[in-house]
Amino acid sequence: MNDIHTYQKIASQVRRDILRMVTGAGSGHPGGSMSSADILTALYFKELNVAPESWNRAGTGHDMFFLSIGHVSPLFYSVLARRGFFPVSELGTFRVYGSRLQGHPSIEAGLPGVHQASGSLGQGLSVAIGAALSKRLAGDKSRVFVLIGDGESQEGQIWEAAAAAVHHKVDNLIAMTDWNHQQIDGTTEEVQSLGDLTLKWNAFGWECIVANGHDFNSIFEAFGRADSLLGGGRPVMILFETEMGHGVDFMAGTCEWHGKSPSKEQCERGLAQLEETLGDY
Amino acid sequence: MKKYINTGNKDTRSGFGAGLSHLGAINPKVVALCADLTGSVKMDAFAKAHPERFFQCGIAEANMMGMAAGLAIGGYIPFAGTFANFAAGRVYDQIRQVVCYSETNVKIAASHAGITLGEDGATHQILEDIGLMRMLPNMVVINPCDYNQTKAATIAAAAWQGPVYLRFGRPGVPNFTPEDQVLEIGKALHLNEGSDVTVIATGHLVWEAIQAAEILATEGISVDLIDIHTIKPLDGETVISSAVKTGRVVCAEEHLMAGGLGEAVAGLLAREHPVPMRFVAVNDRFGQSGKPAQLLSAYGLDAAHIVAAVKEISGA
Repeated sequence: MNDIHTYQKIASQVRRDILRMVTGAGSGHPGGSMSSADILTALYFKELNVAPESWNRAGTGHDMFFLSIGHVSPLFYSVLARRGFFPVSELGTFRVYGSRLQGHPSIEAGLPGVHQASGSLGQGLSVAIGAALSKRLAGDKSRVFVLIGDGESQEGQIWEAAAAAVHHKVDNLIAMTDWNHQQIDGTTEEVQSLGDLTLKWNAFGWECIVANGHDFNSIFEAFGRADSLLGGGRPVMILFETEMGHGVDFMAGTCEWHGKSPSKEQCERGLAQLEETLGDY
Repeated sequence: MKKYINTGNKDTRSGFGAGLSHLGAINPKVVALCADLTGSVKMDAFAKAHPERFFQCGIAEANMMGMAAGLAIGGYIPFAGTFANFAAGRVYDQIRQVVCYSETNVKIAASHAGITLGEDGATHQILEDIGLMRMLPNMVVINPCDYNQTKAATIAAAAWQGPVYLRFGRPGVPNFTPEDQVLEIGKALHLNEGSDVTVIATGHLVWEAIQAAEILATEGISVDLIDIHTIKPLDGETVISSAVKTGRVVCAEEHLMAGGLGEAVAGLLAREHPVPMRFVAVNDRFGQSGKPAQLLSAYGLDAAHIVAAVKEISGA
């Protein structure tokens, strides 16, 4: 699959899934799910060396992905299901009592593809570092990816982890930031400004790449460059410039839809803007 | 009263260090992380022998817990060590999410627990950690009583599949349990068969309880003495059968009354076999600077206070 149009089609279906899941559940986080949708589509349908059949929680012999921003679970679940980790029909159980698709990703629920529970922010990067170190110790050449948020980067633990990864020369790790500039209470600039994340990550000693998180050419180019930097003694951060709510006009570019479900009518309006390419669940 | 011999005072943290070194030599999956307290927590021998398996995390405990969880996901058995205050209280949410809820095989090595940390004072003397850790689903809580038992507990923790909170202390205390014992997690030790009162002690207060039982024996009070190194899962069988036999129970611990061993035992007995109880523990206050023995006395935790509690509940 090298045709950019193929990934755009998958991402369109993933965005439909997100809208329908959040609307069906009456709760959830569509905004960040939409902003990270192209990144995770590119990751799971091309970059990540993992197959549902060989996936194991320890990550032995395959690339691992950690989702630190657990609230974008609708996106994560949609991508996992569309990639064949579990039946697509199960997406309809999102946030329902007894479901494996918990509000935030869970280990207890036993969903294939999930290495770690997340939801309480700031912790995924540290866990990914530990997993990357385990691969180094085991002589496993596969890679570790982790997705964090820009709002999440207000957490102190992110910067503890940033320093630790450099100190321990964790160079089999590709971290990604969904830099959508929005969080629950407003823009990141209003709530607690992050300054220039590029300068921050560079100052911490990371290899830092900036890419357009909604342009598959830019995403793949960033992945290629990140991969070429691995093994060089430094961890890699890709800052993906994105837009919260991207793909649905009334959700785009605002924090309003961070954690709110659309009405049925709003959902229909959104779906009308997203081509059904792989069949709704 | 069965006789227990102190073979020489030793700190329980050194028991942990000896256990960790033993594990390092026999199990290549054992790794260690420390937050700038390698010497204090006695991880230095492991760090020197296995530098590739030791991760200095600096003064950044939250990240250390996450790294430990990641290493555990990758199939390793991480021991994350620091002072109990930072190993439990400071990173509670990290332990909750990435260790317990995520069912990662992380062993938390919590040193300098309790008031016997001494001179550093209340900021470092955590008296709430047993309660905090006991409340977490999937967590095992072990509080061994001497050097030999702490070494055995460390080895047992590595063999246990799942999160473990291993609590030990700073000062030298009598070493009296057998060398090279095998510790069974969740199985209490019956130190003395008695008939009048049950005394259940944990950690440093087990030796105090032995002293108390010896004093009480000379006064004709027979103590059924239990060393409960594992607070969770609690050995209900041993606790209940002793309570049935004696009809009264005193719990002794270097911890707050709230949330600790005493409440664990009280909760169990309230459901299964209610009996009068007394609690030798710190009552809703912080510690302060002082010598360990001085503080045990001042906070009502030493042998004399256990004797007094036993007499009170016995009506003696």
